[in-house]
Amino acid sequence: MTKAEIVEQIYEQVGFSKKESAELVEKVFETIKETLARGEKVKISGFGNFVVRGKNARKGRNPQTGQEILLEARRVLTFKPSLVLKTILNDDGSVEVSVAETYER
Amino acid sequence: MTKSGLIEAVAECTPHISKKDTEIVVNTIFESMAQALKVGERIEIRGFGSFQVKVREAREGRNPKTGEPVHISAKRTPFFKVGKELKEMVDGIAPERVASNSGNNESS
Repeated sequence: MTKAEIVEQIYEQVGFSKKESAELVEKVFETIKETLARGEKVKISGFGNFVVRGKNARKGRNPQTGQEILLEARRVLTFKPSLVLKTILNDDGSVEVSVAETYER
Repeated sequence: MTKSGLIEAVAECTPHISKKDTEIVVNTIFESMAQALKVGERIEIRGFGSFQVKVREAREGRNPKTGEPVHISAKRTPFFKVGKELKEMVDGIAPERVASNSGNNESS
């Protein structure tokens, strides 16, 4: 699925013109991006949370040469799927959902 | 920012579209993405990232409290890989680091 297909869904299901649908979809993702860029998390109930996390500097190694390198402190984005989404993916019976569903890293 | 905050922000930028309609659009976006993942489809949003479903094999786990072995069935889990542009946007912020977010794992 691409952004174009999401736009298509909006066009078909909500009834906006293709242009408006495209504009709205674009705006939604832009807004999420800008919010995350400020370091703020974005929580979409029923889907998941996008959270910016700080990583401390650490020593790493080039796996090819074995040379030690310094990985600087950085910020990374993580996605934690909501329980609802995880359940949706498993509720068709092809994969048994266990009680341990909520078990997290 | 929550979903309602997102709806609010998008509605402000699109004054010609009612907030109610914006809400429907935002909900439809995430519902159609969830549906795509449900049928195992990969989602790619340029500049944002991609979502993919991975299968976790069944394994023997352990109840951490009692030490009792439990069977954990195979399950499908969504994975998100951040896109290059967003990755750089997030990392490119001022040197002040994000307060360590550990212990901040509330789910929705």
